[in-house]
Amino acid sequence: MTEKPFDNRAWLLVIPVVIIVAFSAIIPLMTVVNYSVQDILDPQTRVFVGAEWYRKALQDPRLHDALLRQFLYSFAVLAIEVPLGLIVALSMPVRGWRVSATLVVLAIPLLIPFNVVGTLWQIFGRADIGLGGAALQAMGIDYNYTSNPLHAWITVLIMDVWHWTSLVALLCYAGLRAIPDAYYRAARIDGASGWAIFRYIQLPKLTGVLTIAILLRFMDSFMIYTEPFVLTGGGPGNATTFLSIFLAKLAVGQFDLGPAAAFSLIYFLIVLLFSWLFYTVITATNNDRGQL
Amino acid sequence: MARIDLVGVAHSYTSSPKNDGDYALKPLTHVWEDGGAYALLGPSGCGKTTLLNIVSGLLHPSQGQILINGKDVTDLAPEARNIAQVFQFPVVYDAMSVFDNLAFPLRNRRVDASDIRKRVEEIADALDLTRVLQRRAQGLDADVKQKISLGRGLVRSDVAAILFDEPLTVIDPYLKWQLRRKLKEIQEQFRLTLVYVTHDQIEALTFADKVVVMYDGSVVQLGTPQELFEMPQHTFVGYFIGSPGMNVLPCQVENNGLAVGGVPVAAASHLVAAAKAAKGKLTLGIRPEFVQLTSAGKASLVADLVTVQDLGQCRMATLMLNGQKIKARLAERQPIPSDTKMGVILPEAWIRLYADEHLIAAEGFHP
Repeated sequence: MTEKPFDNRAWLLVIPVVIIVAFSAIIPLMTVVNYSVQDILDPQTRVFVGAEWYRKALQDPRLHDALLRQFLYSFAVLAIEVPLGLIVALSMPVRGWRVSATLVVLAIPLLIPFNVVGTLWQIFGRADIGLGGAALQAMGIDYNYTSNPLHAWITVLIMDVWHWTSLVALLCYAGLRAIPDAYYRAARIDGASGWAIFRYIQLPKLTGVLTIAILLRFMDSFMIYTEPFVLTGGGPGNATTFLSIFLAKLAVGQFDLGPAAAFSLIYFLIVLLFSWLFYTVITATNNDRGQL
Repeated sequence: MARIDLVGVAHSYTSSPKNDGDYALKPLTHVWEDGGAYALLGPSGCGKTTLLNIVSGLLHPSQGQILINGKDVTDLAPEARNIAQVFQFPVVYDAMSVFDNLAFPLRNRRVDASDIRKRVEEIADALDLTRVLQRRAQGLDADVKQKISLGRGLVRSDVAAILFDEPLTVIDPYLKWQLRRKLKEIQEQFRLTLVYVTHDQIEALTFADKVVVMYDGSVVQLGTPQELFEMPQHTFVGYFIGSPGMNVLPCQVENNGLAVGGVPVAAASHLVAAAKAAKGKLTLGIRPEFVQLTSAGKASLVADLVTVQDLGQCRMATLMLNGQKIKARLAERQPIPSDTKMGVILPEAWIRLYADEHLIAAEGFHP
């Protein structure tokens, strides 16, 4: 065992990182913390209120609804996009010019900004001037996302699926291509069926990329804002008021900075908690595999 | 139990092969006898793996037939042939336990659960895998994984031949010997036909009863290690087997005798006769082990000594003979020569005569 040398000058090396992180994360976060414990009436008049905003936020039924909606939405996104992305990746071509063609087509949605995606589908779905909406009307389906909550939900989900399934598909495709050919050959000699190849070769080899895909899609969908905002601004009623829309209404709409700050900290903790949960569960299962 | 017959098998990776060069495997007729241990030896890209994949069914040959026990299997899928294959990199199903890995081919073939258990335990015992049977296959060492992939072939009671595609590439050197001995044991225990692809001559010569040497898409010789050493049918075999390989010297017919660089070489009359009759480029091959060195005055061939290398078991001298490099093993107690001019004696019995790289005459060779 060698003894570690101790030198206080080492702190100097850490200073740049500390400064950058302080300005990019810690100081803004502390400002929010500062707001969350005060009632600010005007720039000169402020009252320390302690945990009151937190208590209020946690008891607010509108927040509970938004949180529930948010979980439902993220769950739906994962339940659709992960299997769909996997299927797309499995059916993608392996060689030839089709590979590049497919990759380009799949990459297009990923390059489009959120608000453009929102506007595209908002117009497409309109019954009067939108091709999709008008077509559905012509088929006798009274499709109207401005008045029917279910239709609004479906529209937002379709936007997300259209926008992000490509990401899952591309990640899975990369993972699939990384499986050596010998596995498929061995499986053929072992007489494995198509399902057995998927279940025992492809899926286990994809755990890594699927973990990343799930984590990315969960975090992203949990913060969804632009699409429902462009479509209906969180309506009809509060049907598509997800957490971030609720937060924006509170902070920017009503200028309730105190409650909004308290709420955004809670929001932050929820995301942190879930990311941590995902990470621990997945690394734990991976470790189990390695050892057992 | 399997005898494998290859009848005119050839393969090309291009869809419309025009000349010989388009074939990865040139037309080949060949027999692997039941219960034999064969090694397919050759440099990278000589068609060994192509041949192996054709036999296992992973590749459909462009022409020709494969018969297993006299039955034509050319159009059968890999799983329908009674052949297993072990790959260069160990293939194990990570998500399964070792037991499930071994049981996998049987479950796919709808074998009874109790039979599976019996069979897997038997094979695990033979391969020393009993200790790890309940562990997950992921995270095991490469040699254990390679034994598992071998085991997946052995569990199938219908398997009569196992093909190995350079199976020891990723195994630590000190485990290679152990694993190779295990393979030998298994082969004797189960009386299987084994075909073992390698580019390592030591691996091939220690493992196999018969070695098939391949070069540029065709088989150049099938023989026991001794035959390959003493009677190479092709200069490539002479050069590839043995370290260093055989000396190959250009030679001519002069004054009713053989000559190397204008200097007559003693050779039996049938060699001279064969040389006269032969068409094409004539070469004389002799293994360094049989070349004798003496002082310059005592032999008609005189060469310049370049270096003497100590190879551990022996010392190898490199000489230049009329601009041709020739190697010779020094006898055990022979002192390192101080003179740079050396007499070279090529003993008649070990001279091999080649025309266009193919053996045409030698002592004890009957074409």
